[in-house]
Amino acid sequence: MPFTVTESGNGVSVVTVDGQLIVANRQELKQIVQDALDGGARRFLLDFTPTAYIDSSGLGALVSISKRVREAGGELRLAGLNEDLRSLFELTKLDTLFTISDTAAEGLAAF
Amino acid sequence: MQDAFRLELPSELARVGDAIATISGRCFADGLASPRTRFRLCTVLAEALGNAMLYGNGGDPNRCVTIEVAIDDDRIILAVSDQGDGFDHAATSFQPGDDSLEATRGRGLFVIRHLADHVEFNERGNTIWVTLPRH
Repeated sequence: MPFTVTESGNGVSVVTVDGQLIVANRQELKQIVQDALDGGARRFLLDFTPTAYIDSSGLGALVSISKRVREAGGELRLAGLNEDLRSLFELTKLDTLFTISDTAAEGLAAF
Repeated sequence: MQDAFRLELPSELARVGDAIATISGRCFADGLASPRTRFRLCTVLAEALGNAMLYGNGGDPNRCVTIEVAIDDDRIILAVSDQGDGFDHAATSFQPGDDSLEATRGRGLFVIRHLADHVEFNERGNTIWVTLPRH
């Protein structure tokens, strides 16, 4: 399974993305977050520590998720982007749209 | 030319991940590729395959995407083709900035052009050639 969902001690829904976030699985991630929003969750951390690559469909899904969480009055953070993924976000200027932490621990502590 | 091979896939998005793993495994079999090089190939393949399946072939599983791979000492050349009518690649003009920040689509060719060493299309617009480093 590419996505695992856990809840942190401070009430943050942590979604860990294993392997890749691409055209084939981006809808699944969107649905996971939507289901959590529908269940009342409002704080999300997307952990990309084990993620090797993200394509533009994956980036688009993250933009969509960001909008949905914001409209629900929630908060979204990303964490664990490796150097290549961080450069992709910088190339597309999406590093200015998202709050990004180096590690999941730092991201959780920031809520 | 050290190696050359060809894959043909139906336009089923679920097949993209395995195709990328197969192609990257063969391209980097010598174990010398840097993480950055692997990232570039995998991301470009994901973009090209997704575009071919969704936009070129309209998501029709009865239409195929063909990937031809040529590997020499220093570089990898990919050719990804779909069975669609093609598109005007010159008309795609995504530029990152405030106006496009919240776009949920349109970044694919921009990403390919920045990760690849060289990109070309056939006249019809249903085949893309991408050159990437091998190490």
